[in-house]
Amino acid sequence: MTGLTPESLALLIAATLNAGTVVALASLGLLINERAGVLNLGAEGMMLVAAIAGFATGVHTGSDWLGFAAGAAAGAVLAGAFGLLVIWLNTNQYATGLALSLFGAGLSAFVGITYTQQRLPERPHFAIPGLADLPFVGPAFFKQHPLVYLTIALAIGLTWFLMRSRAGLVLRAVGESPESAHALGYAVRPIRLLAVMTGGALCGIAGAYISLVYTPLWVEGMVAGKGWIALALTTFATWRPARVLLGAYLFGGVTMLQFQMQGQGVQIPSQFLTMLPYIATIIVLVLISRNPTWIRINMPASLGKPFHPGA
Amino acid sequence: MSSNLSKRSLLKLAGWASLAATAALVGCGKKEEAAPAAPEASAAASAAEAVGPLKIAFAYVGPVGDAGWTYAHDQGRLAIEKEFGDKVKTSYVEKVPEGPESERVIRDLVGQGNVLIFGTTFGYMEPMLKVAADNPSVKFEHATGYKSAPNMRTYDARTYEGAYMAGVIAGSMTKSNTLGVVGSIPIPEVIRNINSFTLGAQSVNPKIKTKVVWVNAWFDPPKESEGAQSLLNQGADVLFQNTDSAAVLQTAEKAGKFAFGWDSDMSKFGPKAHLASAVINWGPYYVKATKDALEGTWQTGGVWWGVKEGAIDLVSVSDAVPADVKAKIDTIKAGLKDGSFVIWKGPLLGQDGKEVLAKDAVADDKFLGGVNFYVKGVEGSIPSGK
Repeated sequence: MTGLTPESLALLIAATLNAGTVVALASLGLLINERAGVLNLGAEGMMLVAAIAGFATGVHTGSDWLGFAAGAAAGAVLAGAFGLLVIWLNTNQYATGLALSLFGAGLSAFVGITYTQQRLPERPHFAIPGLADLPFVGPAFFKQHPLVYLTIALAIGLTWFLMRSRAGLVLRAVGESPESAHALGYAVRPIRLLAVMTGGALCGIAGAYISLVYTPLWVEGMVAGKGWIALALTTFATWRPARVLLGAYLFGGVTMLQFQMQGQGVQIPSQFLTMLPYIATIIVLVLISRNPTWIRINMPASLGKPFHPGA
Repeated sequence: MSSNLSKRSLLKLAGWASLAATAALVGCGKKEEAAPAAPEASAAASAAEAVGPLKIAFAYVGPVGDAGWTYAHDQGRLAIEKEFGDKVKTSYVEKVPEGPESERVIRDLVGQGNVLIFGTTFGYMEPMLKVAADNPSVKFEHATGYKSAPNMRTYDARTYEGAYMAGVIAGSMTKSNTLGVVGSIPIPEVIRNINSFTLGAQSVNPKIKTKVVWVNAWFDPPKESEGAQSLLNQGADVLFQNTDSAAVLQTAEKAGKFAFGWDSDMSKFGPKAHLASAVINWGPYYVKATKDALEGTWQTGGVWWGVKEGAIDLVSVSDAVPADVKAKIDTIKAGLKDGSFVIWKGPLLGQDGKEVLAKDAVADDKFLGGVNFYVKGVEGSIPSGK
């Protein structure tokens, strides 16, 4: 590639981390859901509602953090409603999730009508003092929004939680064999609800990140499919937090790289470049997880199946 | 062939999915501004009688709240209401996807007794032609297309004039001599705008280079942001977009660079970054079309309005723009109005340095309608599968 200077490479890395964070956050949330055995196809809808909730809060308070809190709350409430339907009333998880997606799109458009013309108050730029001034690594890694670093911490924490902690073991047990967990005296349904709401909250933070930081504005439908990408990524990453993170950065990186290539005038049709992130992410994740036993071990055995404690 | 088969079933699947999505979207997106026609009255009958107000309907590709393309069309619709008051009743359906699905929506609009129907995106062309052939008493107006029928007229705005004026400002404001354009879909209209923007910039600064990234969508705010960020990363310091949202402008604002508003006045989205907005004012044309229909003087054809007719303007020029550049813009506007200034005039070189327009030759509308090359100074290649 021509014209790739160290400066532009540093900016490319920075943009990659930024782009990957949206998908990684939502995907990690869905991972918690699915580890508990619940598949929520409503990610896109939750993210949209959270995006407008976060944006509206940001407009009125001027605070990113209150905006994220509002987004997380919106995501958790929607996920909670979804959870009540699928966990207690045993509605079909796929249909209910799709309904949630469509509902979220409509609701966010309706609520957001008056916010399309608004803009957020000015907020500070983030940089880590000292480190941000270093050549190359400064602009590449240390001038990000704090949420970018928190997402990495979340992925590490989640790995520990799932694999090393007792609570994580219970969560996985609920997703693998709810009957056994029930027999051991664990409250399967409340645990699932908690997992679903946590997942919803993380999807909510991802949605709010889009409208507050990534594309700081509100227009209806602005999540533009990122929720679906997160859903697919969870599966391709075989429900492992580290791979989710890798996949998200890969996706973000190839997205930014293809724009860079277009700008450099590389002679490849942009339509092809546009689909490159999807292909690259799928290929890499398929390659890592090509061992079928691995997938079997990692896929929550009761994913998508309802649980009746009486049966 | 098996590949054929799988392609077909895939298409079918996509069809069902989009059907389901539109059913949901149209269901909640549809808004009636007028009381629905009596269900017994057929379209033809209500058209023939024409006793009540003239029923006019719009099919929009995006949401009215997109603050860009569709918003501008809706302002045009409001201009009709303001001009004719009780004599007309307008309604619209928003977020109608391009392609076959739009045919159902447009047929539905005919069924509701509308006698003048505006379709505001390129992708409605074929569906509208079909519906027009079945409903000769209804008049159709299609934006940005190239096919017409006895009862279907095409209309468009010379958006490239706004792009050129924006280019003049961009060329004066850039420090890196590198401009960036976020392109939507590589069709002649958009390529013409990129070229015109570049020509405008070169008219004041011959060293200008324009970098282009295509997002292959009219409306995808996160992707528009990513494209804009990538252009900034590559050294562009003034951005321009042919996409529908204010995402590019917001990205420039965040990065402390410059950008423009497109289709609608977007100045409030980036008080520091916003240099000017190249806007389309559909009002004058929509009022004229309505007048034609009311007075029975409506005729088919193709209409292409620009600065001259008041359809294109460059508004809300920032205070950051020096007075002499502002004066230059006013001169260009005046020249476009009285016809003394022409943007696409030779000698004009293509990207490869070959002459595309001979010295003093003026491009006619046919030439402009088929622009599928970059002018000199634009980098990269047009994605066309060539």
